[in-house]
Amino acid sequence: MSNNVIVEREKGLVELERRITELREASAAQPLDMSTEIAALEAKYQAILREFFGTLTPWQKVHMARHPARPTSLDYISRFDRFDELHGDRHYRDDPSIVGGFAFLRSRAVMVIGQQRGRDTRENLRRNFGMPAPEGYRKTSRLARLAARLKLPIVTFVDTKGADPGISSEEHAQSEAIATCLQTFATARVPIVAAIIGEGGSGGALALAIADRVLMLEHSTYSVASPEGCAAILWSDASKAEEAAARLKLTADDLRRFGVVDEIIAEPLGGAHRDAEAVVTRTLDAIDRSLTRLNAESPERLLDQRYQKYRRLGEWRAESLAPTGTAQ
Amino acid sequence: MPVPEWLPGRRTKEAAQSNDAAMWSKCPKCGEVLYRRDLAANLFVCSRCGYHFRMGAYDRIVSIADGDFTEIGQDVLPSDPLGWSDKKTYPAKLKSDAERSGLSESVVCGFATIGGFPVALGVMDFHFRGGTMGQVTGERITLLLEEARRRKIPCVIFAASGGARMEEGMLALMQMAKTTAAVARFMEDGNFFLMVLTDPTTGGVSASFAFQADVIVAESKAMIGFAGRRVIEQTIRQRLPDQFQTAEFLLEKGAIDMVVDRRKLKETLVRLLEYTSPNRVILSEATPSEQSESKWSGVEGRVREQ
Repeated sequence: MSNNVIVEREKGLVELERRITELREASAAQPLDMSTEIAALEAKYQAILREFFGTLTPWQKVHMARHPARPTSLDYISRFDRFDELHGDRHYRDDPSIVGGFAFLRSRAVMVIGQQRGRDTRENLRRNFGMPAPEGYRKTSRLARLAARLKLPIVTFVDTKGADPGISSEEHAQSEAIATCLQTFATARVPIVAAIIGEGGSGGALALAIADRVLMLEHSTYSVASPEGCAAILWSDASKAEEAAARLKLTADDLRRFGVVDEIIAEPLGGAHRDAEAVVTRTLDAIDRSLTRLNAESPERLLDQRYQKYRRLGEWRAESLAPTGTAQ
Repeated sequence: MPVPEWLPGRRTKEAAQSNDAAMWSKCPKCGEVLYRRDLAANLFVCSRCGYHFRMGAYDRIVSIADGDFTEIGQDVLPSDPLGWSDKKTYPAKLKSDAERSGLSESVVCGFATIGGFPVALGVMDFHFRGGTMGQVTGERITLLLEEARRRKIPCVIFAASGGARMEEGMLALMQMAKTTAAVARFMEDGNFFLMVLTDPTTGGVSASFAFQADVIVAESKAMIGFAGRRVIEQTIRQRLPDQFQTAEFLLEKGAIDMVVDRRKLKETLVRLLEYTSPNRVILSEATPSEQSESKWSGVEGRVREQ
């Protein structure tokens, strides 16, 4: 029994998938024409897919973003032309929940940095479920500074529930590590493109997401706190997470509207893991297009535009209680 | 504007009344019953055990500024970007917090002198939405840093925050990015950023502008961290030691520069500001402790020539 609502729904499809595969194999092995039966089953399968996944609630998207089979940072990075991983924060240790290093993307040298969760329990334990410790953020800052010095554009993949909330992380000044990461990205004199590929949880996600262009997968989520965290903070009741998910406006559409996200990358019906290859290609194409455009800007202009982009975020009302308006 | 003139206009009637009503306060640490006026005179520090009560933004400004304070950003007021509603609507929560605290947001920003040094001064207040950072908090702090950069003067911020504000969602989180960018520009120009962490400073505030400062001072026993205590205890499924995440703990771990008793805070800030003054002359020896007297009536401006 999975506690992932998407995985639970998919169980209903497994039997149908098995029957379609069996029929296909049988049809190939025998002269008998079973194309009508196969087509009927496939139509049924597609109908169920549409019914299950055609429109997803925010809560379902939270689970889609956490789906164990959803492509992770390394699934994207492994499709770069080349990748040489660099390790360590140069202070204390290497944090496996952040992967990063030199890479070539479509023949362009870049620095790539991503948050990496595990596919199974063993890998998740090693990668701390994709929750970076201060050492991970210090590695990130180090690589971003290196990129800025070598004039390499920075590409990041965001996929984390949030920064690690443990004793050692507090002892090693998690706040400082994230704060420095934010500052490094805000001031790096090279183009930065961030892709929210899974869960974007709070400040721990933002640490890799101050960018000139922010891309977001259709069913990814990005929020001020995890729905469970929000429910615990506001109502001291983590079981109200579904309600929190609905209120937080954490979907790609919401965030595009707020100007937090610049571009949404479409996913196949049922989620990115149903055609990971296509999603990865589409994402890398979008990153490449963004980099081409950003490379044309001077570093001064790039930094100024980045400043203005974040400067404008937010809305408030003036003293006179005039209708709400976006600033500037 | 002199603080005694500025202050009454900023305090709501309700806040003033509740202030009068609460004649006595009990120290949560040692149980001592303290006459409110004496407590205020002692900068809200228990005279028996030294416990630091949480301090409101206005009291703080009175205790730190020499006498003048020119507020900025007070016309920037919170809105309701997500249309949030749970037990109460978000605008209703804002309204009741405003009535209770006399504040219009979780931070008060402006310009003052401290020991004669002109500074940009931002003071967060836990009594408004737990000091959480919403869009207006971020906007006011950004305005403060931008204006301080223009004036080429140091910026002093008192942090007190439960983190980013849930009810404004991602737009609240993005204030971490906005303030970060403003801090970076301010510091790149060679300006001095001085941070005072007070109880409590956590989450989105500690992980953005608070820990980006040049020098970080914390009030004694203040709770400071990234994750809240409850979150950590739930994650690791054990109780944390009492000392964990206190200012003293952070000092020992190398995360902050110094821990200061509130009654010594102003003189500490003045000492630090002296290193950044164009003349770099020692002035604090000539400055008797300015915190000892009550500031509620008649604050004397003490702007010195430089």
